[in-house]
Amino acid sequence: MPVKSYLAHPHEGKKSELLSALSEIECCEVIPAENKDVIVLVTDTANEIEENILKEKLEAIESIKLFSMVSGFDTQN
Amino acid sequence: MCITPTNRRIFIKKMAAAAAMTAAATMFPGIVFASEQEANLSSGSDLDWKKGPCRFCGVGCGILVGVDKGKAVAVKGDPNSSVNKGLLCVKGYHQTMCIQAKDRLTHALVKKNGRYVETPISEALDIVANKMKETIEKHGKDSVAMYTSGQSTIPEGYVASKLMKGAIGTNNLDCNARLCMASAVTGFLTTFGADEPMGCYEDIDYADYFITWGNNMAEMHPVLFSRMLEEKNRRGAKIIDFATRTTRSSSASDKSILFEPQTDLAVANAICYEIINKGWVNKSFVEKHCNFSKGLTNIGYGLEDKFKFTDKPEKIDFEAYKKFLEEYTPEKVAKYSGVSVKDIKYLAAIYGDPNKKVVSYWCMGMNQHTRGTWMNNLVYNIHLLTGKISQPGNGPFSLTGQPSACGTAREVGTFTHKLPKGVVTNEKHRRLAAKIWKVPYERIPAKPTYHATEMFRAVDRGDIKFIWTQVTNPLVSLPKTSRYRPAMEKDSCFVVVSDVFPTPTSDVADVILPASWHIEKSGLYGNSERRTQHWDKMVEGPGETTPDAWMTIEVAKRMGFGDLFPYSEENHVEEIYNEYRQFHEGAKHGMAPLDVLKKQSGAIWPYVDGKSTQWRFNAKYDPACSNGEEFHFYGKPDGKAIIWQRPFEPAPEAPDDEYPFWLNTGRVIEHWHTGSMTRRIPVLHKAMPSAYVEFHPEDAKILSIVNGENVKVTSRRGSCILPASINERGLPTQGQVFVPFFDENMMINDVTLDAFCPISKEPDYKKCAVKVEKA
Repeated sequence: MPVKSYLAHPHEGKKSELLSALSEIECCEVIPAENKDVIVLVTDTANEIEENILKEKLEAIESIKLFSMVSGFDTQN
Repeated sequence: MCITPTNRRIFIKKMAAAAAMTAAATMFPGIVFASEQEANLSSGSDLDWKKGPCRFCGVGCGILVGVDKGKAVAVKGDPNSSVNKGLLCVKGYHQTMCIQAKDRLTHALVKKNGRYVETPISEALDIVANKMKETIEKHGKDSVAMYTSGQSTIPEGYVASKLMKGAIGTNNLDCNARLCMASAVTGFLTTFGADEPMGCYEDIDYADYFITWGNNMAEMHPVLFSRMLEEKNRRGAKIIDFATRTTRSSSASDKSILFEPQTDLAVANAICYEIINKGWVNKSFVEKHCNFSKGLTNIGYGLEDKFKFTDKPEKIDFEAYKKFLEEYTPEKVAKYSGVSVKDIKYLAAIYGDPNKKVVSYWCMGMNQHTRGTWMNNLVYNIHLLTGKISQPGNGPFSLTGQPSACGTAREVGTFTHKLPKGVVTNEKHRRLAAKIWKVPYERIPAKPTYHATEMFRAVDRGDIKFIWTQVTNPLVSLPKTSRYRPAMEKDSCFVVVSDVFPTPTSDVADVILPASWHIEKSGLYGNSERRTQHWDKMVEGPGETTPDAWMTIEVAKRMGFGDLFPYSEENHVEEIYNEYRQFHEGAKHGMAPLDVLKKQSGAIWPYVDGKSTQWRFNAKYDPACSNGEEFHFYGKPDGKAIIWQRPFEPAPEAPDDEYPFWLNTGRVIEHWHTGSMTRRIPVLHKAMPSAYVEFHPEDAKILSIVNGENVKVTSRRGSCILPASINERGLPTQGQVFVPFFDENMMINDVTLDAFCPISKEPDYKKCAVKVEKA
C-alpha cells in the first residue's frame, strides 16, 4: 500500500494543464507551488496493481516534462 | 496518543508531501506553497483557524493554525497578513509538528544527587525563587542574572526586565538578540538616534534594485525573498547579491559579487567615494538633513574579559569626509577586497542613479562583525548621501533573525543597558520606568553590567552565581562554547533553564522549567518592520508546561515582589501589554491597542490616530515629523542624521600559515538557529540531518578531500569533526570554509572566536582562522 511523493515539472507554460491532469486522477493529491513551475504530487495506492495503473496514467500526461520521486512509504495500514 | 490506521495514513501522506516540499525548497530559492495544508485536509474537516505570527524568523509571517478537537492539525499562511500574503516557507508550514516530540519537557526537573527528578512545578519555582533570593542575600544583587531571548514574547521580556531592573535592582539582564542584531541597534542609534528600520516590507513592491549585503535571504528570509523574486519576474526589479560565499540567493540573483571577509567596510566607503566623485550626491538632502562625524579608530575586539570601550564622536565637515574617502578609491579597494573596480563602480552607479529606487537588505553578515556598528553606519551613509531613504522603495533595511528581536529585545529592552523606553544611563528614562513600575527611582541602577558574552565570562569567573535562561540555547549559540560550556558546568553557578525541549544548555541546569510552546500560550511578537502581532492561546500544553511570563511572575511573587506583579494568570498577557504601552505613548512610538491587534494581522508602530506608520522620518507618512521639512530625523536633537567617517580595519584573527582558512558560520533553510525545534520536525530533520563543512572544490582537491569525508576543523579554541560538502548547498571562496551551526552534535561554536564589535558587543561568527585536515 504505497504512499509516494514526487516533484512534477511541467513543460514551459503547461503548469495549469499539468495541475488539472493530475487533479483528475483519483489517487493523486497535488500541491502546486505558488511562484515556481513545480507541483508536489502525493500518490496513495492500495497495491502494486493500482500502482502500475497509476504509473501508466502519469506517463501518458503530455504536459509533464519530468517526474522526480522524493519519498516512498510502504504501509500495511 | 492513539493513532488509528486512517490517521496514520493521513500522517504518512503529510510526511510524503512535506518531504517533497522540503526538497523543492532546497532546489528553488524562495519557493512557496500557499495551499499545502488545505490540500491535505479531508473535505469533511471542520477546523477552527486561529491567527498568529509564525514562531520562527524575524519576517513575522502571519499564520493560521487549524485546530481540531484541541489539537493543532494544520498551518497555513494568513492571506490577510500583508507580510506574507498567505505564503509560508517550509519551516513555517511544519512548525507545529515539533509540539508532540517524544522528549518534550512536560514537567519540572530538579537535579538531586546528580540526577534529574520530576518535581511539581510549584515546588520547582519555590526552589528557583529561594535560590535567587539566597544568592542575592549572600553575594549581592549583581550576582544573579537572567539571559532571555528575541523569541521571548513581549510580555515575557517585559516581566523579566521589571523583575531584574525594577524589583531586584540589577541590570544583569541580557538576551540572545545581542548575538544577532545588536550592531543594527547601535547602527540605528548612532546614525539616526532612533532604533529600527524606517521602511517596511512594502518597499519590495516599489524598489528597482535590491542589494543584499552578506545576506542569504533565499534560505534565511525565504518569504521576503520570494516577494523580491516576484517583483523581478513581474516588472524586472534586479537583485544584486554582495557576499563572501555563493549561496542559493546568489544563484537566484541578477548578479553575484564576492568580497574578501571584512573588506565590506572598504567597499562601502569606495561606493561613497564614487558617489561623491561622480557628483551623484543629493546635495539639498544632505545639506538639510545630515551632519558628518567621526569616532575613535583602532577600537579593539573585546577579546579580553571586562573589555570596555566608549566612542568619542567628533563633528567633521563634508570636505574632511571627502578627504578621508580618498583612501577608498575603487582602484585602491579592489586590490584587497577581491571586488573589481568595475563592480564597485557598478554598485555605486545603482545607488547614484536618481531614477532608480534601491533597498539594501542585511542581517547577520553585517551585524555579526567586529565592526558591525560601523558597517551599519556605512550603508546608511550610502543611502543618506543619495537621499534614498524613508520613501517607498528606497531605504536601508536591517532584517532580524528572531520573531521578536525587535518587539521584545529592542522595544521592551531586554538588554543590560535598556529600559522599555530608553536606556538605564538616562535619568529621565529611569524615572519614567520607576513611575510605571511603581518602584523607587533609586532602585534602577544607572550603569549597564554584562552584555551576553561578558555575562558568560562572568559565570566562568564565578562573579555570577545564579543564572536563569529562557527561550534560548546559549551552549550551542554562543561563540567559543569551548569556554562557556565548562563555565556553566561549574558548581559556582546555579543554573535554571526554562525551555520546551532538552538542549545542551538544559543538560547543565540545576533546575529545568517546562515552558509552554508558542501556540500553547497567548503572546505578542514584534517583527523586522516594526509590526506588533498578537495571538491568543490556541491549544493546551502538555503536563505542567507554563508560559515563561507566568513563571517569572510566580518567582517574583515568591521573592516578595507580589505587589509589583499584580497580574492574573488568565489575563496576564493583556494586563502586561496595557502597562507596557504606557512607555511608548506618543507619535514617535505609539503602540496599537490590543483590541486592534486582536482583530488584524498586526500593526506597525508608530501607531497614531488609528493608523500604522509605514515610513518613518518622511513627513508625508510620519505624523511625528515636525520640522516643516520633507524629512525629519527626530531621533537626533537637531533633527539631522549623521554620516559617519568609519575606516576599514582588519579582523582580529585572519588566516596564517598555521590556520590558513577563514571559517564562516551560519544557517540553512531547513533549520532554525540551534535546531532545538526544527530537528524535532521529522521531515526537516530528514532533509538536513547533520551539519557539514563546505569547501571550494580547488581547496578540496589540494587537500585530497572528497565529498562526505570526515574533516577536522580546528582553531586556537577547539575543534569539530564534520563531513565535507563540496559545491553542494553553498560554495565558499577559495581559502574559506563554511559550517552551519544548528547541529548540537557537531559544535562548530567550540571553534569560533568570541571577538565582538566594541560598540554593539555583538560577536563576529563570520570570521576566524582555522586549519582543516582529514579526520
